[in-house]
Amino acid sequence: MSILMELQADAAAKAIREGKRLDGRKFDEYRKISVETDISKNADGSCRVKIGETEVVCGTKCLPVEPYPDTPNEGSISVGLEMLPIASPEFETGPPQPRSIEMARVVDRGIRESHALDFSKLSIKDGEKVWSIFIDLYTINDSGNFFDACSLAALKALSETRLPKLDDKFQLVKGEYGKKLELARLPLEITFYKVADKIILDPTVAEEEASNARFTVAVTDDEYLSAFQKGGAGSFSAAEIHQCIETALKKTKEMRKIAFK
Amino acid sequence: MAKKKEEELTYVDKKGKRLDGRGLTDLRPIKIEVGVVPRADGSAYLEWGQNKVVAAVYGPKECLPKHTADPLKGRVNFYYRMATFSVPDRKNPKPGRRETEISKVCSEALQKAIFLEQFPNTAIDVHVEILDANAGTRIAGLTAAAVALADAGIPMRGVVAGCTVGRAGGQIMLDVTKEEEDAPDAVDIPIAIIPSTEEIVLLQMDGLFTKAEWEKALPLGLEGCKKIAKLQEAALKKRFETKEFLESVEAERVSEQALPQKPRVNPVVAAGPMLSADASETLDEENQEMEEALEEEVEQ
Repeated sequence: MSILMELQADAAAKAIREGKRLDGRKFDEYRKISVETDISKNADGSCRVKIGETEVVCGTKCLPVEPYPDTPNEGSISVGLEMLPIASPEFETGPPQPRSIEMARVVDRGIRESHALDFSKLSIKDGEKVWSIFIDLYTINDSGNFFDACSLAALKALSETRLPKLDDKFQLVKGEYGKKLELARLPLEITFYKVADKIILDPTVAEEEASNARFTVAVTDDEYLSAFQKGGAGSFSAAEIHQCIETALKKTKEMRKIAFK
Repeated sequence: MAKKKEEELTYVDKKGKRLDGRGLTDLRPIKIEVGVVPRADGSAYLEWGQNKVVAAVYGPKECLPKHTADPLKGRVNFYYRMATFSVPDRKNPKPGRRETEISKVCSEALQKAIFLEQFPNTAIDVHVEILDANAGTRIAGLTAAAVALADAGIPMRGVVAGCTVGRAGGQIMLDVTKEEEDAPDAVDIPIAIIPSTEEIVLLQMDGLFTKAEWEKALPLGLEGCKKIAKLQEAALKKRFETKEFLESVEAERVSEQALPQKPRVNPVVAAGPMLSADASETLDEENQEMEEALEEEVEQ
């Protein structure tokens, strides 16, 4: 971390200790969220999500594959996340680091475990061919809160995904698509950050640096909790967790309204 | 994912008994042994139901590569790994994304407990190897690792204790097994706390869970963690409250008293860049005293 960032993190923590944020937002206030779809024609579904200046893009590719032996009649999804060095001076090239592996897995879990997508509907021919949907996220600019941006982008791209047409030999027919995937649920993740013993939402990079713990909650549109993830070296009390869940139930509703009109 | 039409299992019978005969709030049998790897600075072996885990701690030691060192506190490198034979199908020996994530969250869970600020520029390596797996291995690994850290004598705010709570067949239950984890409605929630303060240092969940269910599950999970804490404590006492150990500590104390006083090394010297204004003052004073004492000796 650069000296400048350390100073910014100190300033962010000081403000939060005094009940304020440097950009004047309330503790639970998000920056402007915007979603743009169809940003890549070659993708089977794609979108760009911005939360304030934070930006991620997401695209999906559907491939006919052999099913896993233990689920012969089910397709699957896989979420990948590349923290491109484009996005921040802190990111480097090379294989995915624990941070991006964790984030991708938490996003994957939010979607998978909420049963948003009926995997049995992704079977092409039971026991022989099923769809494997690759949901790949790329960071474009890091201004904090990649967790929520990635979760939103992955779900949005998935909801925009059309399965490609196949010929008799299960080969892809280029450029021809069926209808959009049906999502049974819309799980969104929201991440709480603990800074100076207070809990905030949608942190800037400086606020992220100042925080010592975070807690992600995935909530579906029918008010189920579908994933938790605590991270960071700090801790949460049981009461704080309860409060986070309460807030998550409300906030994800607002986000869903913006992203899935 | 729901398995296709397997025979319906009754996860909890009318008497409140589970598939393995336990009640809803019962843990599986747990055995913890401390100091099982003589070469390690601290170690533990743990059996939790069918789960079997070895944990070993090395450090605090030099942090390599050097650019990863933190001048303000020590690092915790947690390596959660599974033996190829520990699961029904042979596991690829290459650590996968799951292992990377588990290692990360377990490391973070321990960071809150360890007084890392006492060990700037160092690393503490915690190695966990799963030898046999049957649901709840990350918590078994973390629980064993916490005991191994205590065995290594690393100062901590408390010994991190963990437990899983979950749901199978519509019932909230403690410490789910693999069989229960495969239930169509299964939810699995690993929790770890610092027992004295009940601070939650690890919490994960996947599945579909309502807020009401969570409010029932959390207290049960915390109770489970506290039961585990008692077992960890008992295992450590068994290791250290032996006659030989107490005698060796006493012998060490006596021999230290008998030795002439060694010059005291100021801990801030080791920290180097952390040297604060008043710390360097006291250091200067001490240096001066030592110099004066030397001069006196020379004069005599």
